[in-house]
Amino acid sequence: MTRGIKKMTTEVMDAHDMHDDHSPAKGIKRWLFSTSHKDIGTMYLVLSLIMFFVGGAMAMIIRSELAIPGLQFVHPEFFNQMTTMHALIMVFGAVMPAFVGLANWMIPLMIGAPDMALPRMNNWSFWILPVAFGLLASTLFMPGGAPAGGWTMYPPLVLQTGDAFPFLIFSVHLLGLSSIMGAINIIVTVINMRAPDMSLLKMPMFVWTWLITAYLLIAVMPVFAGAVTMLLTDQFFGTSFFLAAGGGDPVMFQHIFWFFGHPEVYIMILPAFGVVSEIIPTFSRKPLFGHDSMVYAASCIAFLSFIVWAHHMFTVGMPLTSQLFFMFATMLIAVPTGVKIFNWVATMWRGSMTFETPMLFSLAFVFLFTIGGFSGLMLAIAPADIQYQDTYFVVAHFHYTLVPGSVFAIMAGTYYWLPKWTGHMYNETLGKVHFWTSTFFVNLTFFPMHFLGLAGMPRRIPDYSTQFADFNTMASVGAIGFGVSQLLFVWVLLTSKKGTKVTAEVWDKPPGLEWTVPSPAPYHTFETPPKLSDADGFH
Amino acid sequence: MPEKNAHRSLVGQLLILTVAMFGFGFLLVPLYDVFCEITGFGGRTNPEAAVVAEAPDLTREVRIEFVTTVNSYAQFEFAANADSMTVSPGKMYYATFTAKNLAGEHKIAQAVPSVAPSGAAEHFTKIECFCFTSQEFAASEERAMPLQFIVNPELPDYIDTITLQYTFFDTAPVAAVLEN
Repeated sequence: MTRGIKKMTTEVMDAHDMHDDHSPAKGIKRWLFSTSHKDIGTMYLVLSLIMFFVGGAMAMIIRSELAIPGLQFVHPEFFNQMTTMHALIMVFGAVMPAFVGLANWMIPLMIGAPDMALPRMNNWSFWILPVAFGLLASTLFMPGGAPAGGWTMYPPLVLQTGDAFPFLIFSVHLLGLSSIMGAINIIVTVINMRAPDMSLLKMPMFVWTWLITAYLLIAVMPVFAGAVTMLLTDQFFGTSFFLAAGGGDPVMFQHIFWFFGHPEVYIMILPAFGVVSEIIPTFSRKPLFGHDSMVYAASCIAFLSFIVWAHHMFTVGMPLTSQLFFMFATMLIAVPTGVKIFNWVATMWRGSMTFETPMLFSLAFVFLFTIGGFSGLMLAIAPADIQYQDTYFVVAHFHYTLVPGSVFAIMAGTYYWLPKWTGHMYNETLGKVHFWTSTFFVNLTFFPMHFLGLAGMPRRIPDYSTQFADFNTMASVGAIGFGVSQLLFVWVLLTSKKGTKVTAEVWDKPPGLEWTVPSPAPYHTFETPPKLSDADGFH
Repeated sequence: MPEKNAHRSLVGQLLILTVAMFGFGFLLVPLYDVFCEITGFGGRTNPEAAVVAEAPDLTREVRIEFVTTVNSYAQFEFAANADSMTVSPGKMYYATFTAKNLAGEHKIAQAVPSVAPSGAAEHFTKIECFCFTSQEFAASEERAMPLQFIVNPELPDYIDTITLQYTFFDTAPVAAVLEN
């Protein structure tokens, strides 16, 4: 079996070698059977954009229902399905594939490799995703509806899911499989295929953060797959991993889930750190301050992510010493994260800064992600967390890290590298309008949620006490505004080929090998390894 | 090609890591049990009858509170005959719980205990408990069930109240219970 796959890979690579100056296959076959990192990267990004709108539509339903007190549009059961599906789709469908797409496109260009190391597996890891989301989306039409027990899938509640349950589990299995294959591919590419004189510490930060992220994926995705497999056997095969009546312990699921879940949140933010570490130096016209300390900081964050999981579950009850350990370990993460924020600010210090759209998104990232980091510190305080647990304060916290955090970084990266992909400059004015509307509305949506949470409004509830009405209305207006702003993003993307042609460099002496290839990047690049001295940013 | 060999060996290592981490997920299950037994995490008490010599410490009093819950799929009434009692560490005590089968048919039930705060769990020893085995009930049967316990004198000073919590489960799978 393995031999068969290897043989196929070899044949495909040979075919490439023979036809390397041919243009790609025509029509649907180009995409179905593509082994080009650029095509696959594009497919990942397009899928991610579609999923962003699917998950966003669900967010619109949630916010419409919550705009005023009382039940107006949807049944509570459907509301719960929306919160669960919104989270699953945004995490596994929008944020993660977007970063994998950026990695596919940019990592070979940044390290001077002709393609990903395992192109055939790359094709597989993409095409598994539409199947997985097909399974997941089909649950909306099943008896009992889609999963509604929260994306964290805590038993025993999740075991009450109707016919959707096995579909939920299998789609998670497939998503995990895709992530693991993508991660293996990235590690092998980065370790084995760098340009000859690119030592590990000379790698650009985006490549570094993705290398660390890929190791995190391999370490925790299999554990998550194991946990949901246990749920499956508890439901259908008579085991009692999490069933108290049979001697199991439902709290154990929370431990195993968050052993995956906490590294998972860094899987969604480390590549974002990488993206802004590429963009801020370009528009500050200075090299990244403290490149090596950034590498060590990212590694520290990755290590700490494995020993803080129980801060998600302080309220289940644990000995005082455990609470103290998890509290202090969590707060410790602020140190390497602070190093990163300091380095970005120091990069800008006395730089010749300009404020193109990618830079605006990156600056907003630094500022707004830090707000999410601060509320995370508040949540880390074990005695205070008992008050915050399962309130809108938590919702505000993780949305600040994920929307103006990860999503803004994805948009920044898209604007930054879009001219390299298309060969044309996007509409800068509309890009800036997109930035300002997004930033205004994202804050209008999520900032009031801090106050709602501190006042005690619980999350995952379709109705609320009238005292919460005003802030909820503000959040709902903000959410609709943010959603509409993203249509502008789509418009900018659709019209991106109409702009003026750009040079290979696109920006003002940007650092990195990706700016040494023509714009748009030709179908085949770096068939002979480049010299680092050809590019800016290596000393 | 040397590059292909390098790919092969690295992919092999990463696949081994993947499989090992999948195994580690399952290894967490026994590890969690060991961890809970050592630390009292999760409020676990001894799962089988224990023999402990009495060594009463009459200078100290500890309040024991009993909390009972019936799982939503179990058709039972279940309660402690007294809500709480005051005990001295090192002395043996008895408590009685009463359960009634509300279903018109034979049922097998299981009580699952938990002790809070978790620092007290390892010092709360059950000599005899209806929770050690599953309990059979004939249709509509009502029965008193005994608990015999001792609080270890080494209970930390800061603990003056121990809560013993039982959840009563129908041992038939949930699906089967729902069908009835």
